[in-house]
Amino acid sequence: MTATVTPSSGHKAGNPEKTDNGGARGRRPLRIPDRIRQGGLPYLLLLPAVVLELLIHIIPMVIGIWVSFRQLTQFFIRNWGNSPSAGFDNYKIAIDFDAPIGQALLHSFLVTCAFTVLSVGLSWLFGVAAAIMLQENFRGRNILRTIFLVPYALPVYAAVITWAFMFQHDNGIINHVLHDQLGLTDKPSFWLIGNNSFIALVVVSLWKSWPFAFLMLMAALQNIPRDLYEAASIDGAGIWQQIRKITLPSLRPVNQVLVLVLFLWTFNDFNTPYVLFGKSAPEAADLISIHIYQSSFVTWNFGSGSAMSVLLLLFLLVVTAVYLLLTSRGRKGSNG
Amino acid sequence: MRTIRAAAAVAIVSALTAITGCGGGSSSDGGSNESPKTLTYWASNQGPNIEADKKILTPELKKFEQQTGIKVKLEVIPWSDLLNRILAATTSGQGPDVLNIGNTWSASLQATGALLPWDQKNFDAIGGRDRFVESAVASAGAEGQDPAAVPLYSLAYALYYNKQMFADAGITQPPATWDQLVADGKKISKDGKWALGAEGGNNSNNIHQVFALGKQHGVDFFDKAGKPTFTSDGAVAAVKQYIDFMAKDKIIAPGNAEYAQNQSLQDFSKGKTAMVLWQAAASTFASQGMKPEDWGVAPVPVQSGTPGSGTQTNSMVAGINIAVFKNTKNIDGAKKFVKFMTSDEEQKLLNKTFGAIPPVKAAQTDAAFAAPDLKVLRDTLSTSAAPLPQVANESQFETTVGAAVKGLWADAAAGKPVTTESVKAALTKAQQQMAQ
Repeated sequence: MTATVTPSSGHKAGNPEKTDNGGARGRRPLRIPDRIRQGGLPYLLLLPAVVLELLIHIIPMVIGIWVSFRQLTQFFIRNWGNSPSAGFDNYKIAIDFDAPIGQALLHSFLVTCAFTVLSVGLSWLFGVAAAIMLQENFRGRNILRTIFLVPYALPVYAAVITWAFMFQHDNGIINHVLHDQLGLTDKPSFWLIGNNSFIALVVVSLWKSWPFAFLMLMAALQNIPRDLYEAASIDGAGIWQQIRKITLPSLRPVNQVLVLVLFLWTFNDFNTPYVLFGKSAPEAADLISIHIYQSSFVTWNFGSGSAMSVLLLLFLLVVTAVYLLLTSRGRKGSNG
Repeated sequence: MRTIRAAAAVAIVSALTAITGCGGGSSSDGGSNESPKTLTYWASNQGPNIEADKKILTPELKKFEQQTGIKVKLEVIPWSDLLNRILAATTSGQGPDVLNIGNTWSASLQATGALLPWDQKNFDAIGGRDRFVESAVASAGAEGQDPAAVPLYSLAYALYYNKQMFADAGITQPPATWDQLVADGKKISKDGKWALGAEGGNNSNNIHQVFALGKQHGVDFFDKAGKPTFTSDGAVAAVKQYIDFMAKDKIIAPGNAEYAQNQSLQDFSKGKTAMVLWQAAASTFASQGMKPEDWGVAPVPVQSGTPGSGTQTNSMVAGINIAVFKNTKNIDGAKKFVKFMTSDEEQKLLNKTFGAIPPVKAAQTDAAFAAPDLKVLRDTLSTSAAPLPQVANESQFETTVGAAVKGLWADAAAGKPVTTESVKAALTKAQQQMAQ
């Protein structure tokens, strides 16, 4: 390798490659210009990934932003490059909260916020509770771990369709248990229409998401030295004190990433409401992802749908940036 | 380093150029004959499943190949995907040569400019426009424009009723007016049995029903200029009348409010519901174990009198049209294929197989379409059916008004009052969403 090094290659003194001439005695090595090896090789290796990233993520995103400034309806989809400019009209309509479209978007946004807070909060709570309970070694622990992870392993569509059957008014098992068996309700409830649809959505999302929290937290718990618990126990700390003073602070770095990832997945969740309710979700469960889908693909107003998507993207970027800023400050503070 | 940067820049620019090149299909307006020996055909799913449709259509496509030497590549696409696939094909210019479309999409797809207009010359190439039932042609595009497609299979709504349940309730003949239906319904709706089925969670079905009721109240949901008139007294009355079957008359089971997967047909087959308003349900009833003598068919009721035109309309013109993508590379072959599919012989065979009514007049004379149930559908189509509003934003209409009706079903099912004011408020919101 190093036999190709020339005095004019500009190596700094002390570069180990400069003094290693042993390779020259063996077979003739591949000649890669030194200046490429020095400065360009990493970029060359990154190039395929960069091109793919551009093609798969960046370019569609840029086109989406461009579409958000166009009047792209069915009249122009055949030659969408020639659709007339809308300026900021699509954005103005989307954020005009006194008009029906803006009001509907705001309502959808608020429903999504409430849904995300509940789903992420409960997923974390269930995950951490299950991870702590399964920390101790006992008979059947591995079976329980496997069972807990099943919802995460199941294909989303199959799982959510099953939930849709379970939530049916007339023949669903949920009403059978709550109404027929336990007598908790006066009459069978509707879960897929009306206000209860929000509860149905949160339940399915929670069922789908909490195993991921459980998996992450279970892995993180393995890194907490047992000595800490033993020492705390000797000092008289009860189980709650151990959780509060040892477990939760130790889980903090994992929690920071976990909550962010769950937030982004849940806020953008499309599959759950789509499979549960179809193309038009009830108002109480009108998540922003399905609302935007409807604004684009069902009503064929791609400009308006793209503007809403860009607003959603901006919101998620801001939330993520603020979250990372706050958590990194907190980390620095605790390190300092 | 500069070389690497330059290479990266070239790659990015190439990628961007490739993407920009996709910017909006082809602007070709009449198609070409560059590939005269092949055609791609997207068929809608008309039979029990995709595979069954392939089995039914493949021998016919072979027949076409023998006649013309043109090989047809068939893809049967489920209804849930078809519109999105068509939109993607329109956007990219990479679509089939010939395709089936739901007739309610005709005006919306016509507005994209992607489909071949069926002017006099094109109709002449397939035997002439007068071969087809006029109401079916009217559902193939906006009024005053050349149709965007050609009718292929036609359907209409009818009232299917369970003979035994009627007999048990002492009802001797099917209701001809809505008042009679409600009166009969109240006799039936007890002991876990219900009079009428509905698909409250299905926006399209909601639209089909309130459209016919709207006609009976003298409204079209759109004015002549194509502007929505959802909040007119007639439209409000039509929607309220439909919802009141559950909210006030209590002849529809509350559970029907969430039905969207044809569960009302299962209830009918199981004897839980005595009547359904449906299009060509015979094959479904047979597949669910009902014998033809178990059920009867009658025209959908009207407010008074007998079905006819205007306020006596009792069904939408339902059906499937066949269209040609304008940028096809086998325009002559595509027209030949449409001619083949709409020929008398194929019309008889395919409509018989799929339980539909041929929109081709000569094919309707076949004895198979004289069966009692199909005769009702045929008479409805020819005398008392009207096409849904053929406006460019028909899909928004289905979404906004369909969802409003769905929400009102949810209110009725939950026992909330459904009043003229609440119906008007829901329709006002739908209309405001259309206006922006």
